[in-house]
Amino acid sequence: MSETSPSSAESANSAFEPKIVAFFCNWCTYLAADLAGTSRLRYAPNIRVVRVMCSGRVDPQFVLDAFAQGADGVLIGGCHPGDCHYQEGNYKALRRFHLLRRTLEQLGVEPERFRLEWISAAEADRLRTVVNEMVEQVRARGPFRPKAAPQFQEVTA
Amino acid sequence: MNPAGARIGVYVCHCGTNIAATVNVYALTEYAATLAGVVIAREYKYMCSDPGQDLLQQDIREYGLNRLVVAACSPHLHENTFRKAAEEAGLNPFLFHMVNVREHDSWVHTSREAATEKAKDLVRAAVHRVFLNRPLERRQVPIHPAVLVVGGGIAGIHAALTLAAAGKRVYLVEREPTIGGHMARFDKTFPTLDCAACILTPKMTAVKSYPNITLWTYSEVVAVEGFVGQYRVTVRRKPRYVIEDLCVGCLECVEACVFKQPKFADEFNQGLSKRKPIYLPFPQAVPQVVVIDPETCIEFKSGKCKKTCVEACGDRQAIDFTQKEQIETTEVGAIILATGFQTVHPRRIPYYGYGVYPNVYTALEVERLINASGPTGGELRLRDGRKPRSVGIIHCVGSRDEHTNRWCSRVCCMYSLKLAHLIKEKTGAEVYNFYIDMRTPGKAFEEFYNRVAEEGVRLVRGKVADVFPGEDNGTLILRVEDTLLCQVRKIPVDMVVLATGLEPKADAEEVRRLFNISCSAGGFFLERHPKLAPVATFTDGIFLAGCCQGPKDIPDSVAQAGAAAAEAMALLDAGSMELEPNTAYVIEEACSGCKTCVGLCPFNAVVFHAHKRKAVVEEVLCKGCGTCVAACPSGAMRQNLFEDEQIFEEVNALLCGR
Repeated sequence: MSETSPSSAESANSAFEPKIVAFFCNWCTYLAADLAGTSRLRYAPNIRVVRVMCSGRVDPQFVLDAFAQGADGVLIGGCHPGDCHYQEGNYKALRRFHLLRRTLEQLGVEPERFRLEWISAAEADRLRTVVNEMVEQVRARGPFRPKAAPQFQEVTA
Repeated sequence: MNPAGARIGVYVCHCGTNIAATVNVYALTEYAATLAGVVIAREYKYMCSDPGQDLLQQDIREYGLNRLVVAACSPHLHENTFRKAAEEAGLNPFLFHMVNVREHDSWVHTSREAATEKAKDLVRAAVHRVFLNRPLERRQVPIHPAVLVVGGGIAGIHAALTLAAAGKRVYLVEREPTIGGHMARFDKTFPTLDCAACILTPKMTAVKSYPNITLWTYSEVVAVEGFVGQYRVTVRRKPRYVIEDLCVGCLECVEACVFKQPKFADEFNQGLSKRKPIYLPFPQAVPQVVVIDPETCIEFKSGKCKKTCVEACGDRQAIDFTQKEQIETTEVGAIILATGFQTVHPRRIPYYGYGVYPNVYTALEVERLINASGPTGGELRLRDGRKPRSVGIIHCVGSRDEHTNRWCSRVCCMYSLKLAHLIKEKTGAEVYNFYIDMRTPGKAFEEFYNRVAEEGVRLVRGKVADVFPGEDNGTLILRVEDTLLCQVRKIPVDMVVLATGLEPKADAEEVRRLFNISCSAGGFFLERHPKLAPVATFTDGIFLAGCCQGPKDIPDSVAQAGAAAAEAMALLDAGSMELEPNTAYVIEEACSGCKTCVGLCPFNAVVFHAHKRKAVVEEVLCKGCGTCVAACPSGAMRQNLFEDEQIFEEVNALLCGR
């Protein structure tokens, strides 16, 4: 069981294009992405948007499934606190996010790979920043390989 | 992945070159044709055009397609176009999925290769997902035949009058004791120089004369519940301590007030004159009902007033010191927001010396000073009573500036030219206008600019850097780089006028949340589409008019108010509206009755059926967010159009081949 040395990981990463699944709410972040388009802002082509009506619709299973299927990162985009089109769906998303992030960490998913961001319909620029930043961070981490379950080790004297 | 029976048609739009320039639409189409279940894949220059839709409809008939995927622009733009096309060809409109390869792909990426790869992923995901789509029926909701208009400025007034003329019931809510808004304070209006009051006050009185307009002044909307067609609105009516139905506006009470002279800053005149504790905001106020200010009225402060006002009112008994705030509730089908703007506070630009040097004024103050019904009867006077011999008007105060607001307020160049003309006409003073760029786009605007220039108003291109006092008493010196002469000039004037820009009202954020709409980057309310839906919002049944949506002049505000009224009327006259069928529903056999979902729903749409011991969704109340669906531990709660399987399939297909 040899760990990959950082230098070889880096060189492998230079050609690596991460794939990030993004769950965007219909009213804020999806529209921010639309606005980024109409404003012709340029950002990394590594995200794949799945439209949901509200960030509150994002079932933790969707995230787990995305990682299980080989996503290198998952981004959830919702309305700012207090701005939810459905009043408080984003708070529910936030609640699930914290629990899920801890669970994912225990499963070997680094925190950079899973983000929840509040991006309003007017914040195209913020969308670009978040996507570019996340793509770079995930690229630096390398392809997502689920960690093998920790082996039980007998303690011997 | 697609089971047998799938007959999917995939259509790739070039959008001229908008998509085709970055995404290889031919490669994408070829790729789509190889996907399981796809019977036909085509590309076309403009899918949204009639021939584009015909293509799709012919294929539905010819190939017996039972699912459709269109890769084009944002579903926010054309989802309904294609749903309708599908429906016309006999296919249930919800057996269609739209792929956004323009806003989310071709417009934001430069690499043709990467953009095409992304488009392939998205199309593959859609093809997989769409097979799991089920036919659905849209919900019909009745539209309550009444409209709420919030804000009684020129936009709100015009919208209310337009609706009332069509016989609709209108509730017009205004925060101040009178309607009229900013326009009532203006002197003349550009570029025609007709007096603001002369054109506004007939409209104000018309509001009062329509029996189908309920006017609630001195009132605020405090709660909005429900959804398009059935908004339940709660309005708080502040006490004016005068019974509206009994006051005839004779003003005898004002005359009789124990304060013989007006003593308190008059809000309508920007604090440049005084009023009494009982007052009418301005002579043409609508309604013609006085108001008592409890902050300054002796009866409220000490309870020991002689109450000469009550005496003067006599048998009418319109004054009621015990009046309490009232709560009104009403139901409306649509709402028009016309909540207006505020001007930038000039103290935010400290180097112009507002509040430090007495003869630095805001443009709105000067509007009052040159107005015949203003505090000086239309005589432009400095604070010490002198007539100004020279006046400097500074444009773009709090506009086009990174330190305040970045946007152009659109009206300041024109109103500054108007003020220059009026000041010159009234006082013969030397008038300077200091501008960054002269912006006069509008009917007869440029002509007005030329006229003012010919009248001898000095136009200096340059941003004023500093205002400071001169040697001789009372003079102010403007330091400015004249960018046409390429030299720094110091120009002494008697009076400085700050053309303050327009910005969202201080509480725009709260108002926006109250009505559940969005704001643009600057804080103005966000329209549904900047070009094609400029008065609609993303919340169905809520429309925008006037400066709450962005700075605009009176003609534009009126035009927008008319448009908003027409949109509201279209909704009302249709009588009902179709809603997305994306509601939640329960698979009863799977529901364990744990009630997790019940507490999650902010609309109380999920209830616990005590007898069945299962969750039940009240479809009318469900807005389709899906939060309960994501939380259901047993998978019993489901959402139409956003089923778990559909999303799993979409995610898996996005990632397959990894």
